[in-house]
Order: sequence, then C-alpha cells, then structure tokens
Amino acid sequence: MSRAPEPDVTSTAIAAVFREEHGRAVSVLIRALGDIELAEDAVQEAFAVAVERWPTDGLPPSPAGWLITTARNRAIDRLRREGSRTQRHTDALLLYAQHDEAPPREEGPVRDDRLRLIFTCCHPALGRPAQVALTLRLLGGLTTAEIARAFLVPEATMAQRVVRAKNKIRDTGIPYRVPHDSDLPERLAAVLAVIYLVFTEGHRATSGDTLVRTDLCAEAIRLARVLAELMPDEPEVTGLLALLLLTDARRATRTDTSGQLVLLADQPRERWDLRLIAEGHALVRESLRRNAPGPYQIQAAINAVHADALTFAETDWRQVVALYDQLLAIAPTDVVRLNRAVAVAEVEGPAVGLSLVDALQLRDAAAWHVARADLLRRLGATSESVAAYDAAIGLTASGPERHFLLARRNALPRVD
Amino acid sequence: MKTYLISLMSADGPPPDDLDVSQVMGDLELVNADIRAAGGWVFAGGLADTASATTLRPGRGREAVLTDGPFVEVKEHLGGISVVKSNDYDQVIGWARRIHAATGLPIEVRPFMGDGDPGMPATE
Repeated sequence: MSRAPEPDVTSTAIAAVFREEHGRAVSVLIRALGDIELAEDAVQEAFAVAVERWPTDGLPPSPAGWLITTARNRAIDRLRREGSRTQRHTDALLLYAQHDEAPPREEGPVRDDRLRLIFTCCHPALGRPAQVALTLRLLGGLTTAEIARAFLVPEATMAQRVVRAKNKIRDTGIPYRVPHDSDLPERLAAVLAVIYLVFTEGHRATSGDTLVRTDLCAEAIRLARVLAELMPDEPEVTGLLALLLLTDARRATRTDTSGQLVLLADQPRERWDLRLIAEGHALVRESLRRNAPGPYQIQAAINAVHADALTFAETDWRQVVALYDQLLAIAPTDVVRLNRAVAVAEVEGPAVGLSLVDALQLRDAAAWHVARADLLRRLGATSESVAAYDAAIGLTASGPERHFLLARRNALPRVD
Repeated sequence: MKTYLISLMSADGPPPDDLDVSQVMGDLELVNADIRAAGGWVFAGGLADTASATTLRPGRGREAVLTDGPFVEVKEHLGGISVVKSNDYDQVIGWARRIHAATGLPIEVRPFMGDGDPGMPATE
C-alpha cells in the first residue's frame, strides 16, 4: 500500500472536524431524511469512512460537504436495501437530491439547517433537561456518555432522556423549522436559556470533573457563536454571546491554585483574558446600538462595566446600579433586586445595602445570607455576620463554595 | 397529517359560581370555528359527570367485571375532548392554547399513533 507523503491527518484532527461539523451535517440530513435517528446513523457512517480515508487521502476541501454527501449516499443505499417499508423516506431523499443544486460530488457551504435543528431541540413541548441533552447531542456532537458525565447523571439515564426526546419529536410531529415571527420571541428565549444553562453548569464551582465542565463552557460559547452567526439581527443573541465571553474572560482567576473560590474584588485582573473582554465589549456595544435591551444584553453590559475597571475600587458602581435598574424593569425578580442591593452598597454604603437586602424574601437562598453576612461584617456586626455565614453554609451543597464561606466566617474577628 | 387528542381536564364538583358558562362555550366555539376553517376538525364534545361512568375491569378469563364509577377517583378528570388533525404540531399547540384560554382548564395534547387518519385501516 502506498502512502501519500503530504496528508498526515491524525485521528485527533478528524475527531475535531467531526465535532465541529456534526451539527451542520446532522441538520442537513434530518431535513433530507425527515428522521433524526436515520440522520445520526448516516453521519456516523460517514465519519467511519472518513477515519478510514482521510489519513491517506488528506482532508477534503470542504470536510462538512464531504461528510454530508457521504452520509446522504450511505443513507440512500441503506434505504434502497431496506426496501419499501421506508419508501416514504427514500422518496423524500431522492426528491430532495434532485432539487439540490449543489454539485453532485461535493457540496460547498450548504444552506444552513442548524437553526431549524436548534429550534427543534429546544421546542417547548420538551422539558428543559431534554432540550439541553438534545442540543448537546445533535448540535454539539457530544456523545451521550460525555453529556452524562458533564451533568453528573448515570449514562443510562442520559441515554433514556435523549431517546425519549427523539421519540417525542417523532410521535408528536414537532416541526423542523425556524418558528414563525409571532412565536419567535418565546421560542428564542428557550434556545438562549438552554445555551446559558449549559454555560452556567460548566461555570459552577461544583465538585464535578473540572475538565469536562470547562468543556461545557466552551461548548456553550461555540453554540452561542453559531447562533449569533445565524441570527445576526437578534440583539439578545449577541447579548448572550457577549455575556458568556465576558464571564469566561475571568474564568482563570475565579479559583486560586488550591481550587478555592476568589471573589470578584480579589481576582488578579491582569490575568483576565483581554481578547475575550475586547470581543465581549464590541458585542455589547453592537447589541445596545439596536436599542432593544433584553436581560442578556443588560447582564453583559454589567459584566462589561466590571471588565472596564482596572481595580475593584475603580468600578463604576453607579453605572452598575443603573443597569440593574434597567434589568429590574424587564425582569423584576428578587435575585436581581439582591444583586442591585449589593451594588447600591458600594455607592451608598453597607447600611443602605443591608436595608435593601433585608427587605427581600430570599431566606431560602444562600446568596441572600452571603450578601447579608458581608454587609454585616462591613458594619462591624460580627456575631450577626457569623450567624449569616452559618445560614449560608447550611444552604450550600457545593464543596468549593462551602470551603470559601467557612474561610470567610473564620476570618471574622473573634466575638467574646 | 397527524391526528391529536386534546383532553380538557375538569375539576370534580359543580363549576365555580363566578364561571360564565355561556361565555366559555362562546369562546370555545370561536376556536372550533377556526379549527374547522383550517381543515383540522374531527370531533369534539364534553363528557357527562364522572358519577355516570361505568368501569369494566378484568375478571375471570376475559369476563369483565362491571363497577359503578370512573376508572380512577381523582380530583381532576377528563371533562371533554377535541380530536383534531394537522400536519403542523405548532398549529395544534396553538389551538390547545386557545382552548386553555377559553376554559382556564389544564389541557393535554397527545398524538394518535402513526400518521394518517386513526379511524381508518392502516394504508402502509
């Protein structure tokens, strides 16, 4: 067997291409086949062929086009073999193939069906956990095992969740399309919520596998980038991407070398990722120029204000409070009021902040007790601060967060 | 084309005093008119009180045993159904939303098995 000298495509490189192009390939095949399961199988087969051929043939000029063409051909062969039981699919596929104007051997950048796919994965008839799992599986190209690990659930549970969701899409006939304009705001909100949930799950300081969880952040950002590319005129999409980038820019400084949480005030700002901050800033400006503010844009703007300050003391807290006021007008929740109160404390002092915090009905939330504990500490009310930390610790399940709160409490002056 | 069962779940007992039944029926008729106009109409109707139900349970062999009353005694029961057909699930969800808005009742939407008309012999 002769080996071509030039190519040298490693299996890692192929896996990377596959991961990158999975959503695109599956989304095109679902439209062609009208069936998620068939589409996934076909793309999987195409991948197997790629693993066989690319190391010697080299990467094709358009790997996505190659995968799609190969998957479609495999699917046609298979449907023909399986005969009339699936006549409907064969007809659909052949009809589609005839109407397709792409060159027969290899397609260029095809019409992008990923938008249809993400709206189908995030259809409101599916529960949030199913939406998240399907989105990561079909668009992200993650395996069921990887998703299960990331969300700390048994693989069998995750597999069942994915299968049930696919079956529901098939049985109910959830349409494969971008929603009508009248439904778009509500449907888009679900898509954004799914991407944000994937990010926060990766960003949360729980005791899971750190590496996999960092992957979730990266995956959420990748999904947000795809969505921003496909829906450039939706300011909340731009806002979400900006929010994720600006939050992710601080990732390296959120924990110290021993894995302990580090507060925003104490993070070494010189280690924030300036490239991500610059991109996030540009996106915030771009979205706000459209003058249709939404919760993601405003949260991104708040993060942009923090990123702007060279030190914690230099933070423009008045601007932060003003942004929280805007956010409250759109999302009047006690959690937003709590964050606003903390910002107000930086402008008007801890006593004013505390009175605002105390007015909220959030006794079941650790964050409420943490905010009180810190404000009480600053007011010199040490024993009350200790009690508030204890209440917060009692409500916190995550290991690193508990450690952090214990350390804060133990650093308080002794009360005799 | 798929067919769907839209179930309306009613609470037990008489309707609340402040409920304007003729208003509800009028609003429902508006939805039904739209379903008919869209070619989605199959059948709809309200069910009589659960006290009028008779349940048949397996007895010896295939011999059913009759009991007086509904299959399960719960606070909410199937109060009415609407059977519709559509090739657009979002359209069906839209109708269900309007039925909910008209009645204020919990609504379940569930597809019949397979495609086509469930009342007819399978063609495939």
